[in-house]
Amino acid sequence: MGGLPAGRVEPAEHDNAEWEWRVDALMTLLTGVKGGKKLMTVDELRKNIEALGPDAYDRMSYYERWVSSITQTMIQRGVVTTEELGRKMEQIEKRGRE
Amino acid sequence: MKETGKYQPYNYFQLMEVSLRELLVEKGIVTEAQVAATVEDMRNRTPERGARVVAHAWSDPEFKRKLLADGTRACEELGLDVPALRLVAVENTPAVHNMIVCTLCSCYPRMLLGIPPDWYKSRNYRSRAVREPRAVLAEFGLDLPDEMKIRVHDSTADMRYLVLPMRPAGTEGWSEQQLAAIVSRDCMIGVAVPRIA
Repeated sequence: MGGLPAGRVEPAEHDNAEWEWRVDALMTLLTGVKGGKKLMTVDELRKNIEALGPDAYDRMSYYERWVSSITQTMIQRGVVTTEELGRKMEQIEKRGRE
Repeated sequence: MKETGKYQPYNYFQLMEVSLRELLVEKGIVTEAQVAATVEDMRNRTPERGARVVAHAWSDPEFKRKLLADGTRACEELGLDVPALRLVAVENTPAVHNMIVCTLCSCYPRMLLGIPPDWYKSRNYRSRAVREPRAVLAEFGLDLPDEMKIRVHDSTADMRYLVLPMRPAGTEGWSEQQLAAIVSRDCMIGVAVPRIA
């Protein structure tokens, strides 16, 4: 998007919510910065964000894009499966209602 | 970390975060303790780190030389870890003003400045910083003389920039602590310059 026409820069600041910090932490851990196994790269994060489509910026927040991209990368790399994820999401939602 | 993601109404993406994290924990890839420690670590990384580097460079010409030659190494010398990244410090002079951006995503010298502010990640900043930097700086209240050149540095996943601002006149004899106090985050991104109150 560098070089494209765009509007005024609003000097917005933002305090991360807890879940947003955790998404950031997962990224750090999965890229092996902390010495763990390197299961993804920053370039994969970006690639899968770009794959969300050109309107992702308008539809989703920064960490929504991140968590979508990290999850997608883990599926692509075979670390988790779509089925496992679907089951997990269902389970947690149910747990929340109890 | 007080709140550990217990199971209150989540939106879709929060649900995704909890689910992914639990799966990764179950598979032994990460632990909750690691996640919590990493969050804590990130919270503790604030622009004061970068300000310390700048103040030291202003006070010690030999350190400044090292910082400009090899930013990663110079920071390590100060006990600041710059994991697996090349840190490039770019020096403002009366002739050249530097500013940083990441047009591709949101690469930022996090190890020295913490997480980037929202505007740095915004479409508007990323689009326009490389096209009309002077106009963008003016929106931040920084009007530079026409004859001053503006150099915009586009960060990448493994190369991060830090602006080394000019030390303001009138700070002769100041301690490094006093100097660090006038070096804001925005000065090190290059959308502001240090001023004496």
